[in-house]
Amino acid sequence: MFTLLGIAFTTPWLLLGLVALPILWILLRAVPPAPIRRLFPGVALLLGLQDDESHTDKTPWWLLLIRTLAIAAIIIGFAGPVLNPKDTSPATGPLLILTDASWASARDWPQRIGRIEAALAEAGRTARPVALISLSELPAGGLPFQTADTWRSRLPGFQPHPWAPDPGALQEWAGGLEGTFDTFWFSDGLARDGRLKMLASLEARGNVKVFESPRPVFGLRPARFEDGTIRLTAVRARTEAQDVQEIRAFGLDPAGIERELVTARAEFDAGSGLSEVELSVPAELRNRISRFAIRGVRSAGAISLTDDSLKRREVALISAGDAREALELLSPTHYLEQALQPTADLIDGTLHDILLANPDAIILADVATLSPAEAEAITTWVDDGGLLVRFAGPRLAASDVSRDTEDILMPVRLRAGGRRVGGAMSWGEPKSLRRFQETSPFFGLTIPDDVRVSAQVMAQPDPNLSGRVIASLTDGTPLVTRKNLGQGQVVLFHVTANADWSTLPLSGLFVQMLERLAISTRPARPDAADLAGTIWVPTDLLDAFGEVQDAGTMAGIAGEELVAGQISAQLPPGLYAGEDRRLALNVIGAEDALGPVVWPVGTRVEGMNVARETLLKGFLLCAALAFLAIDLLASLWLSGRLSGRQGLSVASVFVVALMVAPRADAQSDEFALNATSEVVLAYIITGDSKVDDTSLAGLRGLSDALFARTSIEPAEPMAINLETDELSFFPMLYWPVTPEQPLPSLEAYVRLNRYLRTGGMIVFDTRDANIARFGTSSPNGRKLQKLARPLDIPPLEPIPNDHVLTRTFYLLQDFPGRFLSRDVWVQAAPPDAELLEGMPFRNLNDNVTPVVIGGNDWAGAWAVGRTGNMLFPVGRGVAGERQREIAYRFGVNLVMHVLTGNYKSDQVHVPALLERLGQ
Amino acid sequence: MSQAASIRSRAEGLANALPPLMAEAEHLAATVMLGAHGRRRAGMGDEFWQYRPAMPGDEARSIDWRRSARSDGHFVREKEWQAAQAVSLWVDDAQSMDFSSDKNLPTKSERANLLAMAAAILLVRGGERVGMAQLGPPRSGELQLIRIAGALTPGSDRPDFGVPVVRGMQSHSRALFLSDFLGDFAPFSAQMTKAADRGVKGAIVQILDPQEEEFPFRGRTIFQSMGRSISHETLKASELRDRYLHRLAERKDALSDLAKRTGWSFHCHHTSATAQSALLWIYGALGRSN
Repeated sequence: MFTLLGIAFTTPWLLLGLVALPILWILLRAVPPAPIRRLFPGVALLLGLQDDESHTDKTPWWLLLIRTLAIAAIIIGFAGPVLNPKDTSPATGPLLILTDASWASARDWPQRIGRIEAALAEAGRTARPVALISLSELPAGGLPFQTADTWRSRLPGFQPHPWAPDPGALQEWAGGLEGTFDTFWFSDGLARDGRLKMLASLEARGNVKVFESPRPVFGLRPARFEDGTIRLTAVRARTEAQDVQEIRAFGLDPAGIERELVTARAEFDAGSGLSEVELSVPAELRNRISRFAIRGVRSAGAISLTDDSLKRREVALISAGDAREALELLSPTHYLEQALQPTADLIDGTLHDILLANPDAIILADVATLSPAEAEAITTWVDDGGLLVRFAGPRLAASDVSRDTEDILMPVRLRAGGRRVGGAMSWGEPKSLRRFQETSPFFGLTIPDDVRVSAQVMAQPDPNLSGRVIASLTDGTPLVTRKNLGQGQVVLFHVTANADWSTLPLSGLFVQMLERLAISTRPARPDAADLAGTIWVPTDLLDAFGEVQDAGTMAGIAGEELVAGQISAQLPPGLYAGEDRRLALNVIGAEDALGPVVWPVGTRVEGMNVARETLLKGFLLCAALAFLAIDLLASLWLSGRLSGRQGLSVASVFVVALMVAPRADAQSDEFALNATSEVVLAYIITGDSKVDDTSLAGLRGLSDALFARTSIEPAEPMAINLETDELSFFPMLYWPVTPEQPLPSLEAYVRLNRYLRTGGMIVFDTRDANIARFGTSSPNGRKLQKLARPLDIPPLEPIPNDHVLTRTFYLLQDFPGRFLSRDVWVQAAPPDAELLEGMPFRNLNDNVTPVVIGGNDWAGAWAVGRTGNMLFPVGRGVAGERQREIAYRFGVNLVMHVLTGNYKSDQVHVPALLERLGQ
Repeated sequence: MSQAASIRSRAEGLANALPPLMAEAEHLAATVMLGAHGRRRAGMGDEFWQYRPAMPGDEARSIDWRRSARSDGHFVREKEWQAAQAVSLWVDDAQSMDFSSDKNLPTKSERANLLAMAAAILLVRGGERVGMAQLGPPRSGELQLIRIAGALTPGSDRPDFGVPVVRGMQSHSRALFLSDFLGDFAPFSAQMTKAADRGVKGAIVQILDPQEEEFPFRGRTIFQSMGRSISHETLKASELRDRYLHRLAERKDALSDLAKRTGWSFHCHHTSATAQSALLWIYGALGRSN
């Protein structure tokens, strides 16, 4: 292929024709234009006059230039120019297409697929076997070489994954490659371990070409909550330029609709791959944030799901010991406050006020008796999902609460008095804690050695006691018991909340236990030990594009894996729900950084853009045609044939032809504006100009009547072309039926049906009620049947006497137009509509009838000319004028019916309503 | 179509043309005030001229007895000689007169007919006798007007350029020639000379289309006469303009010269101008030579 200035030619020898252009120039100059014949009486005076020069008016140079350009464009066009020609040095042998298909590829996935498709197409042309491998989902076994067409058909199902390729598996896989093949590697541009080794093992098999997108890769680390602010860290792979990204926080608004709640700007300095953002957000808003996202980056890496770590629970502390004047350290709630302060919002106040605030948890520290009202209120709150935590103490031990029968707000029955061990007056040693059972929420927590319990309240042995114990002492006596109540829980610590009875509140275990009970919030990400023995079930999963999707019925994940595990197919990023809390697993970890791949020197790296071959032939031939058109006009003008009015009209034809296309939009805009600025009645164009004029005049007359008599003030009626015009602007279409009108196209029927279903009304008028009855007895009737067959028309019936059309504005029983036939059909009332006692009308269907079918030539009766004169006679004399008046009234009722629906039907109930209101 | 019907339709078409022509010409003629037609000497007529003493040879009945009774002599009442003038019209009916450069302009023929008819009406109202070569000797009266209108209707088989017909003109009568005078000049000149020999005087009105005055053509053009009998091809019409205009001016000069020599008047009228101005000129020209 001959290439010139980046343009190749399929038949370059045709370009030799360009040599002929100068000759053409000379020829064109020599040949005079064709003469015009003119009748001119003065010719007698011309006889004998000789032309001064032997040749004609010189063709002006610019006309010659236009012609030469046209010819040149034709020659070049037929020479087959191709822009961006592919260098088709045919490669042979198998081709391996690798793609990282990770979350970082998701942002420009369509381009990648497009480039892969181009590569496949090229391979298909040269019949190379191809294997297409996604590195994040390695196939088992060898390379699946198949024809390119097979792969192309599977390409649409090829999706990126929200995890990165596993370096270990990759290395193993790359080691197992056999045979020779060329490789196209579609890299996501992120540095990863083992990339270079992989490259080396691929290069050992054949040529490797790497494709990388120049688009920057961004990531968002999980949000942290520190010192009352949310801290976000955005990371990026390329650090050269300065950049600003907008980070948006999404969450549910009070109405339960997901919205953008907060936005922040992450500014990257040049040379820096990190950008810290601080967000100070009110607690209410913060608790609602469900995820952060970098604006405009469609990738799972740019999404950071939030879990409970951002949320601060509201905990109410209520103790009975307020009256006691004592040291702060002896206060029943001191240790609780210390433990909860950093991670929860504490609420003070009376129990009633607190319940109004609907806290997540209420802690009652040694509160024995509650008033019945309080007890009832708390029970309701717990039923709705509240967590009530009670601590024992001297008061509880001394009270009769839950002694004989189990109190509803206590998990167990208590023995009187409680017990003390290891004191000065008692036998035995203070007890330590027994290892937590697997069923316990505390399972996995390590128990410090120095936790000792010296006093406790004792549970009555009950059949269900063992199921309610979630922590016990070494001697088996319960330390913490729990029961479910409705959707909530009641938890009882059998010791005090201060250090009076045990050293538990002094230990770190106390804080961990509160965390596990979801009373407090975990301050930072839990480690494996924290989550040992827990199972987490995914609820929402992120796909590679950063879309949150329902997890379906995925199996649960062990807590240790969740914390430690790398994100993979087994552990996809998303939200995992454990007992009482949720944990977010994001693509970018808290410490992850991104970096660009540094390919070794000599690797062929290309961008994603496919420089498509563009055939320029069409453009050039169009240009030639345009030149010839200009030449035509110019020649006409030069030879004097394009002068005066005739010339103007020719020129205007050209100009109009050039301007037709852009005007279509403006026209449809204008149409929409005209149709929607006011109420506009519309009629269907039948093609019969007489009928159409009558329709227009009729609707104009009806519009005038509406304007004069009602609050509907319609604008000038419009004509509707079913094939091109939008119908939804019009409340009502008047459709006169002529036997000659063409059937609308299928698309037009689709739009008509949509119009009918969405509340539009079509008035069919066969205009032949003077000679025919409803049915197929006339050509118009038969045409109507044909027209209406594809329409979605409900069962019909003649207008019943109590139809709302009979009273939407005027009280009517006849619906005449120019003709007086009772055959006017509307949508049938439902069969179960019955006449109630004392009601003048049946309680009829609630919607507007989609069609009114009749033959009374209503438009003819309504028709007025521009000057307001009636166009057609109706009946004779006074009776005829009366009939015209009734026809107008029917029109008014019709439009009222369309615009107000069954409002008048509902008016039936007004007396009853007034009676009820006591008027 | 049956023959009767075809005759009828043609007759109607013919008849249709007449009343408008008459009416229009009358309308045009009404704008001109009629003047005196007296011969400024005694003769046959209606108007009183003078009393003169009766001379031997006067018939007794010619003596005005009322005037004679007031004195001793006999007087004869003489009247002004009011012999009507004969005016011959010649309207060029050649095809070249059918030319009109713009559909808003009348053809030269229409304008010439209009002017001729209007002049005829004026003359007949003034008591003159008007005639055309094909109508025989000039006559007066409304009927002659209708005849003239009929004669102005173009016939068939017309030449490209017309030549005036002097045949049948009474000597010392008047004549009005309406044509574009673009044809060969020699026959015209001969006819004029013949007319001058007979003592016929009159007016020449050259009627031209504006395009014929401007020659607004360019490019390669084949010019053809209206009958397509004469044609002239040029490669560059714009180059011809000056020479054409020069020739046209020469033609006008020749006409004017010829008219001067034979005692005629010459006027050039354009179809773009109003017909009234031309009619006024004609009226004046025919009256001037009285």
